[in-house]
Amino acid sequence: MNIGARPSEELLRALHASAADIGRSIAFMEVCGTHTTSAFRCGLHSVMPKNVRLISGPGCPVCVTAQADIDELIDLGSRREITLCTYGDMLRVPGKHGSLEKARGDGANIEVVYSSLDAVRMAQTHPDRQVVFAAVGFETTAPATAAAICAAQELGLDNFTVLASHKLILPAMRALLSAADRPMIDGFLCPGHVSVIIGSDAYRCIVEEFNTPCVIGGFEPGLLLSSLLCLTEMIAAGRVALVNQYPQAVRPTGNAHAQALLQKVFETGNAHWRGLGLIPQSGLFLRQGYARFNAAQRFSLKPVEDREPAGCICGRIISGLALPPECKLFGRACTPVQPIGPCMVSSEGTCAAWFKYGPHRAESHGVAPAQQLQEVLP
Amino acid sequence: MCLAVPAKLITHNGLEGVVDLHGNRLPVNIMLTPDAQPGDWLLIHAGFAIEKLDPKQAGETWALLRDVAQAAANSPAGSEADASAHSSTGKGDRR
Repeated sequence: MNIGARPSEELLRALHASAADIGRSIAFMEVCGTHTTSAFRCGLHSVMPKNVRLISGPGCPVCVTAQADIDELIDLGSRREITLCTYGDMLRVPGKHGSLEKARGDGANIEVVYSSLDAVRMAQTHPDRQVVFAAVGFETTAPATAAAICAAQELGLDNFTVLASHKLILPAMRALLSAADRPMIDGFLCPGHVSVIIGSDAYRCIVEEFNTPCVIGGFEPGLLLSSLLCLTEMIAAGRVALVNQYPQAVRPTGNAHAQALLQKVFETGNAHWRGLGLIPQSGLFLRQGYARFNAAQRFSLKPVEDREPAGCICGRIISGLALPPECKLFGRACTPVQPIGPCMVSSEGTCAAWFKYGPHRAESHGVAPAQQLQEVLP
Repeated sequence: MCLAVPAKLITHNGLEGVVDLHGNRLPVNIMLTPDAQPGDWLLIHAGFAIEKLDPKQAGETWALLRDVAQAAANSPAGSEADASAHSSTGKGDRR
């Protein structure tokens, strides 16, 4: 198959040749759940040069959501007077008292929606119900929430609110690079669809302040290879730059309409992230003018304790500090059928991808997992 | 969650449009791409068009996806790699 001008085989050969020139181990971090899944699905890790690793960062919105926010959402969704509308990703995430899926089984009114506007329509057609939209996601998803709030305002709905825990990717990347226990990051594979909204220029601060290369990449195997080759060649040449390898969708300044909508409805504030703690100015919160659409205020939600499930290391995994097989729950107590941590629930979670495609699968073929791990991740 | 998929705009009435996605007609809101016209390739996320795509690039992406699907179909059946390749054409393009 051909990706642009270069076939994948050629890209792979070039990647190995470039990595051999570096003479040390390097690690690139992707901060996008779709990159995580795509890399595992196409077997990219198994064909990487021995000295190049691709690690997963805080790129899965479900996984980075603090446990306290998840518990709050499940508690709210369990109330009988509320119809909770959510994207499907959140349905099975476990909280202190079960999941939204369990609450629905117990009789709670929980609806999976394709679009935030479906939740607005639900409020419009069920004026006797309080409809709450569970708004989770990065910059890609947040404009849809802002649009729903504006639509509800235009319609004069007083039975529609949003429980928002939207997050911004750049503050998380900065936090990772500034952390005392900073993971090894020689470059970032930046998220394609977040970049559609914020634009490629947004990453200049990472390149310039932290001297760390950034490549915005697409998702198909050849595009992933091409991005990793670009990063590896930069390291080999001692060059630090920002490269946009997804120009068909990502403009330098992003989508101005989406940015204006976000600016109109949200303001930034400090937000709690799983594993990364409180990150300054990393969350989107409703502006005062839209306070009546804030579910936390409407239903007088009280802050709940942020405590991760016992033994779960999802926080370290999304910080790039641990791999799923290092978790004693992985594949034993925590599986996709009975997940304990969010990284195993979400289809874009690192643990789910490892479980489905990772080297531990070799166990069934009589190969020691540790040996396989070393082969794939030197 | 940040999946987005390229689809062609068929028609629109104000901000409400209809796209063709693999032969399926889906509703889409185009408030984030207000200058979109029928025939444009759009990147769709959670019911919203989040960007207009370069038509040549979009066409190349779909051609690539067809190639991968064909390669998967022609490969010896039963291997995990085949299943993965096929999967990446079915769901993997939805990003």
